[in-house]
Amino acid sequence: MIVSIEDIQNEIIDEFSMFEDWEERYQYMIDLGKDLPLIDDQYKTDSNIIKGCQSKVWVHAEMKDDQIEFTADSDAIITKGIIAILIRTFSNQHPKDIINADTGFIDEIGLKEHLSATRANGLVSMIKQLKLYAVAYQTQLK
Amino acid sequence: MPLLSGLEINAMFNVNDIRKDFPILSRKVNGKPLVYLDNAATSQTPQQVIDVIVDYYSNYNANIHRGVHTLSQEATDLYEQARLKVQAHFNAKFSHEIILTSGTTDSINLVANGFSALLKKGDEIIVSALEHHSNIVPWQMLCDRTGAILKVIPMNEAGELVMDIYDSLLSEKTKLVFTNHISNALGTINPIEYIIEKAHGVGAAVLIDGAQSCPHIKPDVQALDVDFYVASAHKMCGPTGVGMLYGKEEWLKKLPPYQGGGEMIAEVSFEKTTYADLPHKFEAGTPNIAGGIVFGAAIDYMNAIGFDAIAAYENELLDYATKQLLEIEGLKIYGTSKNKTSVISFNLEGVHPYDVGTILDKLGVAVRTGHHCAQPIMEFYKIPGTIRASFAFYNTKEEVDVLVASVKKAKMMLS
Repeated sequence: MIVSIEDIQNEIIDEFSMFEDWEERYQYMIDLGKDLPLIDDQYKTDSNIIKGCQSKVWVHAEMKDDQIEFTADSDAIITKGIIAILIRTFSNQHPKDIINADTGFIDEIGLKEHLSATRANGLVSMIKQLKLYAVAYQTQLK
Repeated sequence: MPLLSGLEINAMFNVNDIRKDFPILSRKVNGKPLVYLDNAATSQTPQQVIDVIVDYYSNYNANIHRGVHTLSQEATDLYEQARLKVQAHFNAKFSHEIILTSGTTDSINLVANGFSALLKKGDEIIVSALEHHSNIVPWQMLCDRTGAILKVIPMNEAGELVMDIYDSLLSEKTKLVFTNHISNALGTINPIEYIIEKAHGVGAAVLIDGAQSCPHIKPDVQALDVDFYVASAHKMCGPTGVGMLYGKEEWLKKLPPYQGGGEMIAEVSFEKTTYADLPHKFEAGTPNIAGGIVFGAAIDYMNAIGFDAIAAYENELLDYATKQLLEIEGLKIYGTSKNKTSVISFNLEGVHPYDVGTILDKLGVAVRTGHHCAQPIMEFYKIPGTIRASFAFYNTKEEVDVLVASVKKAKMMLS
């Protein structure tokens, strides 16, 4: 059975609620980044780079049994941590659920600052790109 | 006139006193005292300068150069006084050689646009490898329009321009040479005296981008014999959205107007328009009146502190910070010229600059990370970017210590 995006997000919120300060939060994100399953090298192409990030972020999406599996990588470790969190919520989900997913949990885990347009780390671009993949695959399903 | 009389400035250089002039320096960021080390991007504004903004809008706000009423005349006087201050600061021969623009980028585009009318196919433009994107793109566009060819003075590992190659690039085809006075990404001070002299030897004009030099150095455009010199107010304790272009009178007369509009005309009919004299020929529309006046106040503020004192103090900070940072294992500084200003571009081995910048921000330290709008330099070093700490005269050694401790902390967290 698929765990819903909302349940995964609540899980992440629980995990982050254990941290007392930014340092623990960031250390956790850095560790998540280190654990991120690496994207296959053949997909680390320029066309898979998400624009709008100061660091490079590659995302690859594949459809398996009506669910999308995302893999990603970045040359910056904090960015890797952020994309790891996003992938954890969106990967192995149905395209429709990804399209409709709310991403307000980012705010709740204390990463609101990464949503600001000036941040240039492209969290907004990352969410947009993952949802775009979902839209593309949803069209295929129809 | 009472405006600007509020400029009570510390004559003696005492950094603790000077810091009191800057309200923003006492604010906190992420719960930590702000350590502002992004001065090469924009400088902070002292209360004396902020007061002039408030005073202008409280007492003098009017459109200038046309109104017969008192406010308009007073505002015009203040604006033209500011032009005289810019003229005096840069030691231009005439005040009409000072064009007030929206900033360095605007000034560069004004000149580039003007040269469209003067260049022909096969003419050559030389730019330096140390340029900011704003000093590369307008010339590429100019070359596209005219068929002129862009040549580049290369840089060496230390981040210095290679003058031998510059010499070999010059010929009678060279019509323009453009370089920054100081590199924004690395802090290198370029040998502009030599560059100008050699360019004049083949009859080429020279434009120097002073955006990064003006916070540290007081350029004398007549002594330099430079044809064009440009700068932005916001890098020198002034407001954003205003800057200057100095052009030798003979060159400004040769260049056609940049933008059409009010203020820049003498007579208009549907058959023919004649243009206003310098400097108004290049100042179409209502200018940034408050910005221009406040630019003058910022120049007053910096001169009252004194550029010799500023340079001496900043060099001390640079030496101190360089030594402290180099003690961190795996830290590499990019731009190691002996001639540089208080800018340190660096990376930690195996760590992305963006990660370091993010952690530094959490610790209240403001630096710039990325390619600093100078991608060709980053390509030269084969790096995605750097962390850039840039110091101003209001920074302290204690702040350098916070930077060093924060970089160490970032290193610990990230590796």
